[in-house]
Amino acid sequence: MAALIADQATAARERAVWELLAQVPDPEIPVLSIVDLGIVRHVRHGADGRLSIGLTPTYSGCPATEVIRSSVRNALEKHGHAQAAIEEVLSPPWTSDWLTPEAHRKLAAFGIAPPEGAVSSPKQLWRATVVTCPRCGSRATARVSEFGSTPCKAHYQCSACREPFDYFKCL
Amino acid sequence: MSPAVATAARADRALNEALLRYVLRLGDTSLVLGQRLGEWVGHAPTLEEDLGLANLALDLIGQARLLLTYAGEIEGRERDEDALAYLRDAPEFFNLALAEQPNGDFGCTIVRQWLLDAWQLEIYAGLQESTDSRLAAIAAKALKETRYHYRFSSGWLVRLGDGTAESHERVQRAVDQLWRFTSELFAPDEVDERMASAGIAPSLSTAEVRWSAHMDEDLRAATLKRPAAQPYPWHGKRGVHTEHLGYVLAEMQHLQRTYPGARW
Repeated sequence: MAALIADQATAARERAVWELLAQVPDPEIPVLSIVDLGIVRHVRHGADGRLSIGLTPTYSGCPATEVIRSSVRNALEKHGHAQAAIEEVLSPPWTSDWLTPEAHRKLAAFGIAPPEGAVSSPKQLWRATVVTCPRCGSRATARVSEFGSTPCKAHYQCSACREPFDYFKCL
Repeated sequence: MSPAVATAARADRALNEALLRYVLRLGDTSLVLGQRLGEWVGHAPTLEEDLGLANLALDLIGQARLLLTYAGEIEGRERDEDALAYLRDAPEFFNLALAEQPNGDFGCTIVRQWLLDAWQLEIYAGLQESTDSRLAAIAAKALKETRYHYRFSSGWLVRLGDGTAESHERVQRAVDQLWRFTSELFAPDEVDERMASAGIAPSLSTAEVRWSAHMDEDLRAATLKRPAAQPYPWHGKRGVHTEHLGYVLAEMQHLQRTYPGARW
C-alpha cells in the first residue's frame, strides 16, 4: 500500500513537470510548446528523488536546441527543480510525426501549414504532396522553396488567395 | 597480465583507434562540406537557393557536432567538438577529398553535393544497423535530413543537366572534373575493414552498388554522361589532402587560433 501511494505521488510529481514543460514555448514557433512539438522524451523521478528530463533535437543543426535547453533549465529552476538533469536523447530520431494533433491545429491557426501525411517510408519525399493553404483552405498551392526561415519549414504560395506561407516539412 | 589478457587489451585498443578514425572521417566530411556550403551565403543565384545551401550547411554542421563530440569521447583526451574542429591542422583532418573541393559555379556545388548526398544516404542507412548504438542513433537522425538534401541536389542536377545548352555543358563539365574524387568514397582501407567486421559500419562494396544505381538513374534523367572510373590517388580519409583544405581551415579556424578560447 505504501509503495502504491509512493508510485502515485511520483506520477503526480511527473505530471506537474509535464504541465510545466507544456508552458515552455519553442523559440522559433512560439505558438507551439516543446511538448506540442514532441521533443520532450521523458520526465522521470528517480528512486533517489532526482528529476531527469529527456529532450531530443528536431534537426541535427537546429540553432533553437540550445535556447530550448536553457528555457527548460530556467523553468525548472523557477519551480524548485534546480537539481534536475537534462539529458539529450537521440534515438528514436524526432520526425514531424511526433507533433501532437494539438500542434497541427495550432500551426494551422497561426498560418503555418502543418505537415501533410506521415514520415512512413523513405519514398514519401518523392510523392507529390498537396499542401493546404492555412489562410483560405485552397489546395491549389505551389512550392516556392524547399527551405524557409527555419530548418523545419519550406516556403509555399497559394494560387487562390496569392498569399505566401510557411509549410512545416513532413520529415 | 597474462598473454591472453594482454592480447585482448591490444585488440580493444586497436578497435578503439579504428573507431575514432572512422568517426572523425564521417564528422570531418560533414564539417568541411558544411563550411564550403556556408561560403555561398549571400552569393547564391537566387534567395531560395541561398537559403537552401545555408540550410544544408546547418544540417551538416549539426551532424558534425554530434560526430565530433562522440569522437572526443572515444579519444578520451578531453577534446570537445570545438577543440577538434578549430585546433587540428590539415593532416589531422580525415574528410573525403571530394568534400574540400572548391565551390566553383552553382552547378559544380550541386554536383559535389549530389555525389556526397548519395554517399551519405547509403552510409547512414547502413549505420542505422550499427552495433555501436551511439553511431546508429546519430545516423538515423542524419539520414532523414540527408534524404531531403539528396532530393534537393538530385532535383537541381536534373534541372541543370536537362536545362539549357549552357547549363547542360557546365554541369557535365563539373561531373567530369569531380568524378575522379569518387573512387575514394568506396575504397576500403584497414579502418573500414575493421569497422565492417565488427558490425560497426556497413560494407562499402554493398553501399557502392546502391550509390552507383543512384548515379545512373539521376544522370539518365539529367541527360548527362557518366565518366569512366579513374584511378585513386586521393587519400583525404588518411589525412593526405588536396591544397584546398588548408584554405578552408584557415578561414574556419582563424578566430580561434588568433584568440584562443574566444566566445560570443
